[in-house]
Amino acid sequence: MAKEKNTASSSHVFSPPEFTKEMKATHKILAPDIFPIHMELIKMIFNMYGYDLVVLKSRGKKVIDKGLEYIHNDMCYPAICTSGQQLYALSSGEYDPHKCALIQFQTGGGCRASNYIWLLRKALHNMGMDYVPVISLSFTGMEKASGFKITPMMIAKAMVAIIYGDMLMLLRNQVRPYEVNDGDCQRVMEKWFSELEKQFLHNKGLFGKAFRKNLEAIAKDFHEIPRKNEKKTRVGIVGEIYVKYSPFGNNGLEEFLDSQDCEYMVPGVLGFFQFMFDNKQTDYRLYGKSFKSAMISRAGTSLTNRIERTFVEVLSQYPEFVTPTCFENIRALGDKVIGRGVKMGEGWLLPAEVAELIEKGYNNVICAQPFGCLPNHVVGKGTIRVLREMYPNANICPIDYDAGASRVNQENRIKLMLALARDGESVEAESGVAQ
Amino acid sequence: MKRLGIDIGSTTIKCALFDENGALIHKSYERHKSKISEKMAEVLRAVHSVYPDERVLLSVSGSAGMGLSTDMELPFVQEVYATRIAVKERFPETDAVIELGGEDAKILFLSDGMEIRMNGTCAGGTGAFIDQMAELMNVTSDDMDILAQKREKIYTIASRCGVFAKSDVQPLLNQGARKEDIAGSILYAVVNQTVGGLAQGRRIEGNVLYLGGPLTFFGCLRAAFDDVLGIVGTCPENSLYFVAIGAAYSSSSREFDLCELADRVEGYSSSHTYLGCAPLFSSKDEFYEFAKRHNEDSAGICTLTEPAERMYLGIDAGSTTIKAVLCDENGNLFRPLYTPNSGNPVPLIKDYLEALYRDYPDIHIAGAAATGYGEQIISSAFHIDHGIVETIAHYTAAKHFCPDVDFILDIGGQDIKCFRIKNGAIDNIFLNEACSSGCGSFLQTFAGVLGYSVKDFAQLALFADAPVDLGSRCTVFMNSSVKQAQKDGATIENISAGLSISVVKNALYKVIRCVDPAQLGKKIVVQGGTFLNDAVLRAFEQESGREVLRPSVAGLMGAYGAALFAKEKTKDGERSRIVDAVALANFKHDVKAFTCKGCNNRCRLTVNTFSTGEKYIAGNRCEKPLEKKSTETRYNLYEDKLALLAAYRKNESVEGRPTVGIPMGLNMYELLPFWHTLFTNLGYNVIVSGESNHKLYVKGQHTIPSDTVCYPAKLLHGHMEDLFGRGVDMIFYPSMTYNLDESLGANHYNCPVVAYYPALLKNNVRFPKDVSFINGFVGLHNPKLFVKYFTRMMAGYGIALKPTDVKRAAEAAYGAHHNYVQRVRELADEYLEIAKRENRRVIVLAGRPYHMDPEINHGIDRLITDMGAIVVTEDSVAYRAGRIETTVLNQWTYHSRLYSAARFVGQCKDLKIDLVQLVSFGCGVDAVTTDETRAIIESAGKLYTQIKIDEITNLGAVKIRLRSLFAVLDS
Repeated sequence: MAKEKNTASSSHVFSPPEFTKEMKATHKILAPDIFPIHMELIKMIFNMYGYDLVVLKSRGKKVIDKGLEYIHNDMCYPAICTSGQQLYALSSGEYDPHKCALIQFQTGGGCRASNYIWLLRKALHNMGMDYVPVISLSFTGMEKASGFKITPMMIAKAMVAIIYGDMLMLLRNQVRPYEVNDGDCQRVMEKWFSELEKQFLHNKGLFGKAFRKNLEAIAKDFHEIPRKNEKKTRVGIVGEIYVKYSPFGNNGLEEFLDSQDCEYMVPGVLGFFQFMFDNKQTDYRLYGKSFKSAMISRAGTSLTNRIERTFVEVLSQYPEFVTPTCFENIRALGDKVIGRGVKMGEGWLLPAEVAELIEKGYNNVICAQPFGCLPNHVVGKGTIRVLREMYPNANICPIDYDAGASRVNQENRIKLMLALARDGESVEAESGVAQ
Repeated sequence: MKRLGIDIGSTTIKCALFDENGALIHKSYERHKSKISEKMAEVLRAVHSVYPDERVLLSVSGSAGMGLSTDMELPFVQEVYATRIAVKERFPETDAVIELGGEDAKILFLSDGMEIRMNGTCAGGTGAFIDQMAELMNVTSDDMDILAQKREKIYTIASRCGVFAKSDVQPLLNQGARKEDIAGSILYAVVNQTVGGLAQGRRIEGNVLYLGGPLTFFGCLRAAFDDVLGIVGTCPENSLYFVAIGAAYSSSSREFDLCELADRVEGYSSSHTYLGCAPLFSSKDEFYEFAKRHNEDSAGICTLTEPAERMYLGIDAGSTTIKAVLCDENGNLFRPLYTPNSGNPVPLIKDYLEALYRDYPDIHIAGAAATGYGEQIISSAFHIDHGIVETIAHYTAAKHFCPDVDFILDIGGQDIKCFRIKNGAIDNIFLNEACSSGCGSFLQTFAGVLGYSVKDFAQLALFADAPVDLGSRCTVFMNSSVKQAQKDGATIENISAGLSISVVKNALYKVIRCVDPAQLGKKIVVQGGTFLNDAVLRAFEQESGREVLRPSVAGLMGAYGAALFAKEKTKDGERSRIVDAVALANFKHDVKAFTCKGCNNRCRLTVNTFSTGEKYIAGNRCEKPLEKKSTETRYNLYEDKLALLAAYRKNESVEGRPTVGIPMGLNMYELLPFWHTLFTNLGYNVIVSGESNHKLYVKGQHTIPSDTVCYPAKLLHGHMEDLFGRGVDMIFYPSMTYNLDESLGANHYNCPVVAYYPALLKNNVRFPKDVSFINGFVGLHNPKLFVKYFTRMMAGYGIALKPTDVKRAAEAAYGAHHNYVQRVRELADEYLEIAKRENRRVIVLAGRPYHMDPEINHGIDRLITDMGAIVVTEDSVAYRAGRIETTVLNQWTYHSRLYSAARFVGQCKDLKIDLVQLVSFGCGVDAVTTDETRAIIESAGKLYTQIKIDEITNLGAVKIRLRSLFAVLDS
């Protein structure tokens, strides 16, 4: 039951309904498709705990238009895309809006993205769907929702799901461009989705040895895929967390790079969580903010670092794969570019990842960002000059994504980056011959 | 084998053919008008006709050639890369290349670490931009160069995007500035755009090549680049063909038979599809019924063939068109005029009146009224009796056709205006912001680019089978979207229909921010020249799901409303003061431009002198140059705050002390008393950078890495350069994630730009060796912790401070800050008291602390005081309402003040107080705050007004907006 309308003098304020215990049994929870690979796995964890999570796959103009209709058009593009998917789903007739709740993943902090939940609620209010509860899934202070309880165990499991997602994504990206038999990678991916689902259902494969064994088996499966021995242009992708990963947000960037004969690397999602944990500790260090949350997040840091170590150890058995740099080293790279107090949006992590990619041999980096993204003025375009000084061969290409930005323009810029990249490659090849 | 390069750009197709010895033996350059495959086949055949039976090595390049070559598997070279190949081949000594094309701008740095820059999605200062401006001025593009040679003055024109520049140029034209000066200014704007948008911290120096159409055709543009960059660049032979040349030289070229290829290309139709929407009309019958319905709407008002006994004249000098009409006592029309204003409305009205007096020497004009952008100049020139705010004029006219109208949408040449009517008064006004001018001139421009007249272009749209879905974005984006649609094989018909639909969507979703078209109203009147276009009218009815009323005089409504207004105002037997036939015969109009030295704004003024003895000054931001001494004292908290801060900007130095420089921007507009006091007490000289102005901005613009950030932030680059010239040892500008905590919100963040701009400056500004930059992280929100963390931060920069010293200095600093805040509140108290006593109107001009910078607010505060209102700031009253409930996350200190100030305005029952929100273009956080502030204000039954400001702001539009507001408030 929705609460009584707020009777305060402020007539523009309304009270959104809570996600109650009863709803857990009756309601679908509609989630935007943020990280295509990872969301599948996270969904499994939610299902394990009895939540009927649905990852919305709708794309296209109609979805964007829904977003534009109800969200301020100058709001950042991810808000238009993610809310668009949810509002479109509610109005599509495919779901009973009275049996649905929405969920948004919130990072919190000083970026305007922390307002997504609120804007979504406003949109529901304007659509006359006040009764649809919105669940906030956030690291920095959860909102009250009696029917939605996230236990530390659930967080830990979700974190594990993310690691699996990172592993699958990392290996697929490195193997697929070279696979001899089309679809080999896809088969391995699918195999592991169903395998992990099976294990999760029995509460297995989540920690300790079973976890390591799974990672090893995944790596082995990819290792065994027959690959062509050729060299493709290597491209790194960094940027705002949504448009970086979501093909809906970045106009199918990965598909385009496939068509351009490239191999691409997108740093894992885990890094972002490590970054979030680190921020709390930085807040304590720089301003004397909460000691308690610094300590809690420190536990988070050590947990994620431990998982990361397993991840790296497993991968380093296969020298043909590029292994991600561990968080502490990424942080050190970031320190060379920008202060660690820069924490809104992707903060210092963004240039740090650029540096990491370049050091791993991905000299060509696309920085995908929503048009007008505020933190990206500073951490995206604002750091390119310094990064170029640090890495003279860096070929960094910022691309803006927006409801109105045209694909031709974006692809033309990427083509320029690739032309320069290939020019550099041929120079290298020539000098190689001369020696 | 011969090598052929083909460059298919956004507007033109170029080819270059080389023989076996590397000699250029054939070239061509033509506009393709988006018929890409036909034109390319033509070009290939032309080559074939001169060199028959040849096979050639061929590559394609250019943004519009990309799709075609992918689909047909032709070798493709990215165009910037092609330029580089050509330059390497022909001018290997080149250091940098500046290439401007139809819609692109590029800079290539070739020596010392190659870098290539292309304009972003939001940047239009290119060839198409010059064409647009030429069209606006009613000259050919070639004339632009000739005019520019005779320039005397340079006006500042926004160099960010075409739409902005347009709204700067239009008022200049309307105010009578010389076309020569405007043409010159436009070319300088292109230079600033290129340098500011693309150089990004790198100086353009050494051997510089100028390439591409605009730089080839416009000598003045080259000269302007030379001037701004301090170089002498060269425009080489074949400067138009470098992309084609590069394509010809490209190693990816493959062998083709010209004839065969021409046949293949001609038969090509894009394999891509575009997104289509429903057609405007499904059948001819549907159209006839639609046409019939609208023809019936205006029955009752007829057009007279002879003047009645007493006539009333209305003139609407709009942004792109000028309208005039006479009406009789019953509102019947006579002698309507609707014509492009060609940049100067005065001679057009003179001609109109002359013809009128000639044909009807005995005509009795009882009253006359003028409205629109050019209201004042027309009124001064011809002694028009009344002036009326545009918005009111439109309402007056609409009411005449539909007495119970409750919603009016007017789409004119450059403006979109919407009014909601409640209880017979305008209840809410929406005007388009400078960025979304998807209006009449937008359709006109596209029609022109695609080679059609507006009328024919609109006609094409009616029976399009699948209009292109182009979204609702600004013109610059639209250019690329249209390009994409063409690439995907959309016909002109479907593009035209798509553009009409996009105009409507722009109005509904961007300007009105309409959530549900059902909320628009029951009786909708649409008007403005753009609605004479049936495609737009139909699109609106489709999108809104309403049948609307379009009066037959839809294009004349402003003038008609003015005429009706004149009728209302004129008493029996009165005669208009309008100039008579004799005075008109001797009519003369002189224009002079000069810089006003009345204050720091240094406005560029144009002085129009008329033989009727009147003088009209335009371009002023305040009333000072008009020599009209305001009779009442001005109460303006914006000026008071500046005066309070001025005490800290004296830059007095004591010999022997180290000097710390503070750039005056963003949060320094509030924290200067704090930092100044702190450092003075720590034994430093404090030097604050100078006043912001456009010159200072230009000084720093080459170090701006992201040109879509807000203007207040971009100004800081200039302030840094300014400090370098002041002999400081270090510059202090700390990064601050957190702002002061005023307990008005859930948190007390700064926005990402205010918080971290110091970090951006560190990474992009080139500091002189002897100046260090302290940009570490500090928080002032907890005075107890400040000493420890500040001392630690400074130590990180090798500056050892004694905690006891810092503690003492910090106490003084917090005290200074407190006093400043207190004083601002006291002043507000006084002003509100005065307002109550004298029953004066108060405007809370709500923005951010840095909006008090006159270079940022463009004197809008003074515009308001000139209208007789008292101006206070958001921070001076926010505390009175305390923390309020909001429907958005209320977590930024500056923005919390907005909400609380809005609530305060809503709570004041005993005051005539309203809120006007200033929004800097590019401020992402305001996408959150504006709707919320509006909701708070409207929930209290008050009017919400938002003014968007940027590097340049069209004060004409701001004036109209404020005058409308005041007219509504007073009614």
